[in-house]
Amino acid sequence: MTQVLTTADGVPLKTSLHRTLRRRKITALLLVAPLFVFILITFLFPIADMLVRSFDNSLVPNVLHRTVPLLAKWDEKSGQLPGEKVFAALAQDFKEGQKNFTINRLGKRLNYEKSGMSSLFRKTARKVKRLKEVPSYKQALLKIDKKWGRHDVWFLLKLQSGSVTPTYFYAAVDAHIDDTGKLTMKPEKQQIYLNLFVRTLMLSLLITVITIILGYPVAYLLATLPTKKSNLLIILVLLPFWTSLLVRTSAWIALLQREGVINDLLVWMNIISTDNRLQMIHNQIGTVVAMSHVLLPFMVLPLFSVMKTIPPSYMRAAQSMGATPYLAFARIYFPNTIPGIGAGSILVFILAIGYYITPALVGGTQGTFISNFIAYHISNSLNWGLGAALGAILLAIVLVLYVIYDKMVGINNMKLG
Amino acid sequence: MNKPLQQTLLATLVAAGLATSGVASAAKTDLVVVSWGGAYTASQQKAYSNPFMKANPDINIVNDDSSAQGLAKLRAQSEAGNVTWDVVDLIASDTITLCDEGLLEEINFDKDIAPAPDGTPATKDFGSMIVSPCFVPLIVYSTTFGYRTDLLKKAPTSIKDVFDLKNFPGKRALQKVPTYNLEWALIADGVDPAKVYDVLDTPEGVDRAFKKLDTIKDQTVWWTQGAQPPQLLADGEVVMASAFNGRLFNAIAKEKQPIAMMWDWEALDLDGFVLPKGAPHRAAALKYIRFASDTQRLADQAKYISYGPARASSAPLVGKHAELGIDMKPHMPTNPINAKHSFITNYSWWADHKDELSARFEAWLAK
Repeated sequence: MTQVLTTADGVPLKTSLHRTLRRRKITALLLVAPLFVFILITFLFPIADMLVRSFDNSLVPNVLHRTVPLLAKWDEKSGQLPGEKVFAALAQDFKEGQKNFTINRLGKRLNYEKSGMSSLFRKTARKVKRLKEVPSYKQALLKIDKKWGRHDVWFLLKLQSGSVTPTYFYAAVDAHIDDTGKLTMKPEKQQIYLNLFVRTLMLSLLITVITIILGYPVAYLLATLPTKKSNLLIILVLLPFWTSLLVRTSAWIALLQREGVINDLLVWMNIISTDNRLQMIHNQIGTVVAMSHVLLPFMVLPLFSVMKTIPPSYMRAAQSMGATPYLAFARIYFPNTIPGIGAGSILVFILAIGYYITPALVGGTQGTFISNFIAYHISNSLNWGLGAALGAILLAIVLVLYVIYDKMVGINNMKLG
Repeated sequence: MNKPLQQTLLATLVAAGLATSGVASAAKTDLVVVSWGGAYTASQQKAYSNPFMKANPDINIVNDDSSAQGLAKLRAQSEAGNVTWDVVDLIASDTITLCDEGLLEEINFDKDIAPAPDGTPATKDFGSMIVSPCFVPLIVYSTTFGYRTDLLKKAPTSIKDVFDLKNFPGKRALQKVPTYNLEWALIADGVDPAKVYDVLDTPEGVDRAFKKLDTIKDQTVWWTQGAQPPQLLADGEVVMASAFNGRLFNAIAKEKQPIAMMWDWEALDLDGFVLPKGAPHRAAALKYIRFASDTQRLADQAKYISYGPARASSAPLVGKHAELGIDMKPHMPTNPINAKHSFITNYSWWADHKDELSARFEAWLAK
């Protein structure tokens, strides 16, 4: 016969243990809950919202709810315009859309696909109010604007009649569906985003490499100096880190511009003549220099904290066994710092790829990043769909790079401190 | 591992992430007026808000300098169903977009806006300045040219000179948008200014404009913020620059920089108030808009900033600058001498083509 172990108050030990554990779990959950809710509201929800916006097209079927089902039956390959019924439905949709202020929003939406739709919709909406019991809506609409007689306009309406659309993503990679319905690249004169993605990635990579080259010796110095001195030096690293980003960027403008400190110095030393002042800002040089400086602490700090954990005895042991200082560094010290390089690189690269204010201020036309265009579409053109599609692609690129990094270096190998 | 450092880092990041904001609330009605900040908001405070609050002690005006993000924020507020702004100052072209989207209230000019002192109804007094039913124009500003008097041998007098690198060598600064630049390129290329938009409506016309811009492309610095061009001129980075006329006035009259104005084919644009749909204090907002847009108030504003009043009846009342004591009339973009050659952007044409041409402009810049 087995005896059930009980606690002092007679409850079986197993139950009591369960209870305690559960209470602990709940406490832990409650402690994390604020953070979880915070992340959900400020991070996950907006990202989900952005992803939805990048393909959401419900505006078209909602506003043109009479026209869209009829348009489905229209054969665009026939080369004919849709029939009178479709025109009549469109006129009704316009009247309703005019009343609840959705029709011009739709016009603006379709204008992203084809220039001129905005004014066509505005003009038609204004005049359609007066249409009452006309014999032929087709004639009436054609009289308002002869663009309603154009096949490509109707084809666009049909193409965009679904409640989801891939066209924002097409636009984000410089492609579009042409008037014959084929997916093609846009004319070369209008291609921008592919180049920008490539440029953003290449410059971010360059900035990451520069911060490694500049940050490694600094971190080494910090890690090997006696604590008293290294603490002072750490302050020097952190001081710019605590300074406003705008201040640091503006400082670079003062240094790098044509009439700036560096050019003045070079002219004063007679290295260049005053007519040949170097153009070091409002181009890629400006972006790379300023961003490398701004992001340097994110490389130095993880490197430093990893280097701090490498016992100096390793190097001494290697040298005592006959390795030259170079060999000892290459075979012993450097491999031990790789987790720090990995952490620093991934931090710097991911921060750089989404950088926005510094490229906008010092990048000119050649040094701007994709995020500058995302910002443009969110706050200026109000083409939130395209902005969201660009953002979604950027997010996908970061995730893919993260996976590659994980496969190559291993994410467990990363150390932030 | 370095725990203290890590903690410091974490604390820094958390502190940086938490932006604090506080809006004082009072027992009075807090009317949120959104504008551009800086000297412009100051001029509105002195000319409109202070006298308004004196006349209406129950209303307290809260300034918000968010107009630069006005478009996006207004749309976000409307989508969230939580409009917190009462009156918003915007440029005309942005207003047309928002009005189209149904985010703004339409204004009944003859009912909601004060007539001129002689009884002329507001619709007539504003005349062609009423470019959208949702928009109450306040000031006319222009994007025009300033040049360095000491760095150029000859003073430029025409828009053609901007594109003439032989006689006017040196860098130029232009705004990093297709608007105005395409129009100027065509006018400088000899297109009849009255037909600029007809020409731009054709693909060949757009090509022609870009081809003209090509001729000065490698000598051009592109600006994005209004404060940049006067600074670029003052630093000698460029010899001539397109800029908002008020900014140039400041650099010339206040900071005494060796800069002069070149008004030829100045591009006029409007700035004014809109009333968001669902504004929390609609009645007070309308009251404020009516007060701010009356003849005297618009004339008063010109004492503090060199932008022209949008009402015809305000023009004769424009006096001297409040601090500098100079007569402001010659500095107004609406002064007939300055505005002899001028144009107002075709808003509806740009509403159609801005997406397409902005993309093309950016692609052109990147090449």
